Parts: sequence; structure tokens; C-alpha cells
Amino acid sequence: MTISVANLETRQVDPTKPLLEVDRLVMHYKIKAGEVSAVEDVTFTVHQGEAVGLVGESGCGKTSVALSLMRLLPNNAEYVSGQIRLDGEDLLQLTDEEMRTRRWKDIAMVFQGAMNSWNPVYRVGDQIREVLDTHFRGQMTYEQQREHMERLFAAVGLPGEMLDRYPHEFSGGMRQRAVIAMALACSPQLIIADEPTTALDVIVQDQILKELKRIQTELGMSIIYISHDIAVIAEVTDSLGVMYAGKLVEYGPTTEVFARPKHPYAYLLLKSTPSITGPRRQLAPLEGEPPDLLAPPTGCRFHPRCPFATERCAIEEPPLADIGGGHRVACWHWEQVPDLEEALLR
Amino acid sequence: MTVSPVRTKPLLEIRDLKKHFPISRGLFRRPTEFVHAVDGISFEIAPGESLGLVGESGCGKSTTGRMLVKLMEPTDGTIVFRDGEYEKDVAHIGRSEVKEFRSRVQMIFQDPYESMNPRRTIFDTVSEPLAVQHVGTVQEREERVLELLRMVGLTPPENFLFRYPHELSGGQRQRVAIARALVMNPRFVVADEPTSMLDVSIRISIMELMTKLARELGVSYLYITHDLAVARYMCDRIAVMYLGKIVEIGPTEEVLARPRHPYTRALLSAVPVPDPTYRRTPVEIKGGISKAINPAPECRFIERCPFAAEVCRTNPHPPLEDKGDNHAVACYRADEIAS
Repeated sequence: MTISVANLETRQVDPTKPLLEVDRLVMHYKIKAGEVSAVEDVTFTVHQGEAVGLVGESGCGKTSVALSLMRLLPNNAEYVSGQIRLDGEDLLQLTDEEMRTRRWKDIAMVFQGAMNSWNPVYRVGDQIREVLDTHFRGQMTYEQQREHMERLFAAVGLPGEMLDRYPHEFSGGMRQRAVIAMALACSPQLIIADEPTTALDVIVQDQILKELKRIQTELGMSIIYISHDIAVIAEVTDSLGVMYAGKLVEYGPTTEVFARPKHPYAYLLLKSTPSITGPRRQLAPLEGEPPDLLAPPTGCRFHPRCPFATERCAIEEPPLADIGGGHRVACWHWEQVPDLEEALLR
Repeated sequence: MTVSPVRTKPLLEIRDLKKHFPISRGLFRRPTEFVHAVDGISFEIAPGESLGLVGESGCGKSTTGRMLVKLMEPTDGTIVFRDGEYEKDVAHIGRSEVKEFRSRVQMIFQDPYESMNPRRTIFDTVSEPLAVQHVGTVQEREERVLELLRMVGLTPPENFLFRYPHELSGGQRQRVAIARALVMNPRFVVADEPTSMLDVSIRISIMELMTKLARELGVSYLYITHDLAVARYMCDRIAVMYLGKIVEIGPTEEVLARPRHPYTRALLSAVPVPDPTYRRTPVEIKGGISKAINPAPECRFIERCPFAAEVCRTNPHPPLEDKGDNHAVACYRADEIAS
């Protein structure tokens, strides 16, 4: 049932060219009790046509990174420093008005919980039309808009008639497909998918992820997947970043990071995910709770929970250092991996 | 360490359990349509065994769990529960009997944020079953609560007694929920997606805790989950549900390694694997799950089944048939598909 998306705009992809460069991004939320250090010194690059995953547990800052890229942060958020360069241009330097024209056109986002991304009293087609109206004012006739929307729906495997339906007439999976169609409306170069399949059943999840992958490849888009589900990230991404307490603690090619995770936290997260395949391994629980980001621990933010922490870890913050092959890790003791295995997986 | 369900007398024996929900078509009209949420399922749970009930949303797994702890009245069927001298069909019992039954069974809910009264302290929450059943003095109850908090890893327990749910993290709350479930020393606990709202690292410690306590206290679980990987770690046996029917049931590793029902096979091949080099077999079925509203008599899975044949169309929904090794499948073509 493959429907070609060939009649949507496709791009030539040069996988060596960077599309998005997040450079030492620092973002804080100001609340009554102080400043929450939500994103701290995060650096990574998304190349043309690349699928990048950000994983971590709730509150680790992965959604904050996504909203930072879209410049859709709440009012109490503050960009402290760093750059977000899209095709070389720093998005943080744009005025709000300039950013508005970029959003959806250059970067689009598929939000967490597709159930709530629709206004229940408008037809789905009319809501997508609104995006087209904003970005192609006067450039498309009503009929052209309709034709374009039908192509979008075909691309995500929905019949064109569904455009005339209301959100409640869609099943969960169909609603998520429609959200993806909306994200594709202005042929963005980059899509940020924040937990795109979290509320869906596995069979529907499988269909949606396949569809996203196909669309991404055919249209030559880049995509950032944000998820707490390590298994999903393993399957759909080329590169992978692991976040902990606002920091990127490990980054690299997905196969490499999964085969040889070097950061103790990343190690635990990746190796202790239950799986239906392979031997039934003893899973290693991680003691303690993530830190309060109002007053993050000194030095390495993971050191209070880390079985390898030394005095140095409590004082000096490890940089995200390249250990070869584009694999970067922020840990003073990453070479100890063989011992790590023994200590963590009993 | 698989417990064979045959040797000892089962703790629970469920026969032909049904729950049909009427669909209201107006105030004064008799409902003519029913959702067959649970439609004639039978299974047993041995003492100390944990049975996983898996399936997609809407398959009837939560409804089943709720009926087993009497949070919902079955439409039909029997639930025989045995605990020492106690032996009773609890499917249709009166209010006073329900109270007595409830001292032996408990439930753990999915959402640790919703399942606790925000105005009551941890002590109130955990000791409530004792109060309802008039067990012990306040002093004795406090002792018992402290013991349980220690058991679920909330240490030192004194620090938690008089705190409120909002002061605790999700993982800690779920530990409190486990303590509350175990305070009456139940023989049987229904756990409805107890870890699906928790983060990965916390999820594992809760799973470990539940397994450990089950072993030590000899509790049986009905573990309801949509996550087959979690079920693999928690359950001795797995039952797969589809639209109100159990389509496959058997020892966990056996079902995962050799799924025999086309739906189980599809479900398993759709589960993402945390290994980027692993290539899954493509999912064979199309479409999504529907609702079982006045379902046709033939196999529930027929519309999505890639193996549907004449025998499936002309016969009623296939019965669960044992294929050896306690592995039972409800499919006319299971033997042909198996290869």
C-alpha cells in the first residue's frame, strides 16, 4: 500500500552537509523559586536527510530542546547563550515576525499527544488550510489548497475525504497521521517529532513509524525524534543523543552508541531496556531519582547516582569529548566500560 | 522458575467470564446493541503464579482485571477463588461477601498520580484497607504500615508516614500503591499497567520490587500490560486478548518464541527492539482494532487475518485448544500456520 509522495517537493540530500547546528545551547526557566537549568550546554548537528534521536527520562530537557529549536518556549524561558543555526543562520537572532515565517516552513513539529493537537470544532481540512493560508497567502487558490491537502493526506495514507471530517471521527492512529500531514504542509527541511507514537498501540505505532521513515527518505527531510522509548529510537534514527538532567551526556551514530555505550547513565538506560528478543537478561535498576534542576549537582550531574563517581566527578564537569568516529561522551571514566558491565549487570 | 498451573489446585478458576456493556440510544429506549468487552474467557491462576494479560487498548484486559477484584459485576460466568478454607464463586456475591473477599485480593492502578487521595497522608492511604476491615489498633496499624514501607523500599519509613502524595515522585507513589495493595496480605493482586507511566530506570526497580515481593509473600499477580517486553520479565504465563477473547495462552518464553495465533505473531513483530542492528519480520496484518459491538459469531480476528480461510468463515469463533506444553491457541489454522 505504498503511496508515492513524489508529487510533493523533494530535495537533493547531501548527507555530509549540516542542516541544523545546535551550538552550546543554554536555556533556563525562571520560576519563583529560582532558575531551572533545563538545557545546559547542548551541542549537536543534524545533517541533511539525517534522523537524529534524543532520548532521556521525563524532565531531562529533551522536549525543552525541541521547543527551543521551534522558539515556542513559554514566556518564563530564557535563552542564556548558544546558537541554533539552520543552514548557517542563527534562529535566535531572528525577530518574532521572521521566526513566524520560518516555523512550519523550515522547521515543523509533530507534538506529543496528537489527541489534543486538534481543535475539536473545526474540520481537520480547515485546520490544515489555516497553515497554508499563513504561509502561502494569495499564492494558492482554494482549489489548489484542496489538491495539495489531498496529496498530503495521500502521503500519510489517509483518504482525501477525511479532510472534511472532524477530529473526533478519527482514530488515534489516523489523528497522528493527520498531524504528520499538517507538519508536511509547507515541505519543511526539518521535522521535530516529539513522542510521535507514545499513546498508540504497537501495531499502529509500527505503521506510523514506517510511514514517517518513508516520507523522510522520499522527501529528503531531516528529522529529530524525541522519545523516552529506547527501542523506537534504536529503530528509526541514524544518530542518537542521550540526555540527563539538561545535559547531553553521550552522542554518536546509533549503532555505535547501542553497541558500545560509554556513559554509565547511557549504559544503564540502553542495556536495561526490556526486550522481547535475545536472552532474558537481568535488568539493572538505577538507584535514586534525577536531580532537582533548580540546584543541579556540582561537577557531573550524574555523579550522585553513578557507581563510578570519584572526587573529581563532584568537582569538575566532564566535557562532551570526542572519543573517535563521531562518538562523544561526557564522563571522566568512560574507558572503564568493561568494569562497568560487571558492576551494573549482575 | 515456572509454576505449573496443573499440579496444585488453582487459586483462581475463571470460566466463561463475560462483560457486555449496553450502548445507550436514548433515555427510554431499550439498548439493542452491546459492546462485548469480555466475551467468554476461561483461565486459571495457580498460587504464586503471575499471569500476564496482554493486548491492545480496548481488547478487554482492564475490564477482566476489574471483574476479578469485584470492581465490576460480570454479565455472566464464574470466578472460583480459593484461599485455604475459603472457596467460593465470587462472580455474583452480595455486598458483605464482597467485603470479605476484598481482604484477600487487591489492585494496583496505572497512574500513581490519580490513584491516591491528595488530601490523605501516606499513613492514611496505606492503612485504609486495615481500617475498612477493622484490623488491629491504630498502634498496630502504624507498625504494619512502617513494616510495609520498609518492604517497598521507602526508607526510613518514619519519614514517609505523614507526607502527602504530591511530595513524592511517581516511582515513590507507585511504591506506596504497592504497599497499600499488600497491607492486608492478599493472595492475589491485579496490577493494571503499574509501570507504564514510569520512566525506564524507575520502571525496572518497580518491576524488580514486585517480583521480589511476589516471591517472598507468595502473591499471585494478574499483570495487565500492553508491553510484551515488560510481560516477559514479570510473568510466568501470558494470555493474549483480542476483542474480548483470549486468542492464545501459554508459558511466557514459549509464547514469545513460538507464537501460534496470527494476532500474537503480528503483535510480536510490531514490538520495536532496542537493538539498531536487529531486523524485525514485517507485520502481516492491516488496519486497526475495532469495537466488538454485537460481534458476528465467527472468529473475531477474521477481518484482519492474513490466513483467514473458508473454515474460519463457516465456523464460530474457534475455541482455545491446547497444543501441548500448556500452550493453547484459538485458531482453526494454527497447525498449518505454525511452520
